[in-house]
Amino acid sequence: MVAVSEIRAESGFENLVQKKPWHQVTLELTRKYPLGVFGAVVVVVMILLAVFANVLSPYDPEENAFEFMLTPPGADFWLGTDQFGRDILTRIIYGARTALFVGFSCAMIGACIGLVLGVASAYFGGRFDLIFQRVMDVFMAFPLIIMAMAVVSIFGTGTQNVIIAITIPFIPRCARVVRSSALSIREIPYVDAARALGYSHTRIILRHMVPNVMAPFLIMLTAFVGQAILLEASLSYLGLGVQEPTPAWGLMLQGGAEEYAESAPWMAIWPGIAISLAVFGFNLFGDALRDVLDPKLRSL
Amino acid sequence: MYKYIVKRILLMIPTLIGAAVLVFFLLRLIPGDICELRLAGTGLYADPAEIELCRNNLGLNDHILVQFADFVMGFLIFDLGDSMWTGKPITFEIGLRFQLSLQVAFMATFVAVIISIPLGVISAVKQDTWIDYVVRSFSILGIAIPSFWLGIMIILGLLIFTQHWLGEPWMPPIEYVSPLEDLGGNLAQLIWPAVATGYRYSAVATRMTRSALLEVLREDYIRTARAKGLLEKIVINRHALKNSLLPVVTVIGIEFAFLMGGLVVTEQVFNLNGLGKLFVESVLNNDYSLTQALVMIVVAVFVFTNLVVDLFYAWLDPRIRYS
Repeated sequence: MVAVSEIRAESGFENLVQKKPWHQVTLELTRKYPLGVFGAVVVVVMILLAVFANVLSPYDPEENAFEFMLTPPGADFWLGTDQFGRDILTRIIYGARTALFVGFSCAMIGACIGLVLGVASAYFGGRFDLIFQRVMDVFMAFPLIIMAMAVVSIFGTGTQNVIIAITIPFIPRCARVVRSSALSIREIPYVDAARALGYSHTRIILRHMVPNVMAPFLIMLTAFVGQAILLEASLSYLGLGVQEPTPAWGLMLQGGAEEYAESAPWMAIWPGIAISLAVFGFNLFGDALRDVLDPKLRSL
Repeated sequence: MYKYIVKRILLMIPTLIGAAVLVFFLLRLIPGDICELRLAGTGLYADPAEIELCRNNLGLNDHILVQFADFVMGFLIFDLGDSMWTGKPITFEIGLRFQLSLQVAFMATFVAVIISIPLGVISAVKQDTWIDYVVRSFSILGIAIPSFWLGIMIILGLLIFTQHWLGEPWMPPIEYVSPLEDLGGNLAQLIWPAVATGYRYSAVATRMTRSALLEVLREDYIRTARAKGLLEKIVINRHALKNSLLPVVTVIGIEFAFLMGGLVVTEQVFNLNGLGKLFVESVLNNDYSLTQALVMIVVAVFVFTNLVVDLFYAWLDPRIRYS
């Protein structure tokens, strides 16, 4: 007599029900999206660096130590020190905190406001949609960096204002993309059904339409994190962003790094690599996410 | 088509008005006063009466709506007025720097085209091989690397390289010379910012070439071309590439309109006296008239480029006009 378990094993039924082990899933993903997995690894490493910054580094990122001024890379200071004697590696590790904080705050706030506005614009349609689209046009026509400069000049510099400056230009960009997907959802009968049931506009927008535009929303969100990190670095480099002594990558490239570029090139090289790698990681991850979630949006 | 063109042109008007309102009131929210800055610059004690006189001369004491009307009227009759900082006509200030920025923009576009089209084609033909991954990484890096850092690295690389090979460090010249006078000197100065800007700008175009070509390669007529025994080279170059270039050209055109924003940072790093630098200076000086004019020019170019692209698409695809 054949045991029941053997029959199951033979029919391959077990395999269908059983979930694949995680390492197999990872392997498959790596084979299919090698760049995306690389991006995800960079993002995870960056988050870990930011969380465990104080454990990983023996130095203080903000305290001056003039006896170690402009030390070249070596055993004590792996990536050298800056003109105030601060360890570059420590400031890069702590800089990941600033970058991720600014990146995620801007992306979350900007994409969420854009999501609600974009869906509402598609849902109400008509005159509201027309006027709203013209307002978005105006904000889109402003080059991103110019918009950010104006906001920072008004509200002043500092981390919080940098977040405002970067978030404002993100809103219309997200609203535009979300609106175009929401327009097609509006035509699906369940929205009419919800209206016939007498649900409020808020409920229909938030409970019935928003969950169905999650794919473009998530894609915009990851793209925004990378863009926000890059913009924060550019603003800080121009002196309009995060201020000393907060460790921030763009700030590390300003002033001293350019002045001592020839005699102490490590000051200019490493923070730039950190910015590039971080943005690169988020972009690769976002691209793979887009391919998985919605291949139609390839041109974004 | 005629109806569509009129509708599309009418839709430009609210955008331009909105941009004018936005820039006008945004600027007036920025703290600081151009007259105080100007008089403080002379190093003398700034007399309140003198500041008052200066404000009167510049029209800053008029009612805010009068100032706004002046600004809009000036724009309508293409009279941009004078710079509040230097007192010279804005068209003169822009004219001084226009040639440099335009030349960098054209050179950057050229760099972008010669990078992006070959790479995009290779990447599409070798889809999902290691070559494709390398090309895609290279192009995504173009967006990821901050242009100001790339600029610093180029200058640093030049210094170290020339020190090592020529014995003495060499830097690109700082003074702008017209290409008609001294082509070598002109290129020696401008080729570096053009490469830094062009690489960044090539990223989007490379991706566009790749995805457009991949789409065309799936078409039936490509299969037919291969089936009749054409060389793969001819299939790609003559049949596929030609038909996939339209979106690429569009992207390059739109990006060209955005170059002004990109040049702000690049000109800062390479210390070029172009429109980007003029813009930063005008914002820092609270030079309302100049900043307004520059922003409105950028917005107008953007809106106009969008119009041309939309009309072009409507002309190609009649479904758009009737929707």
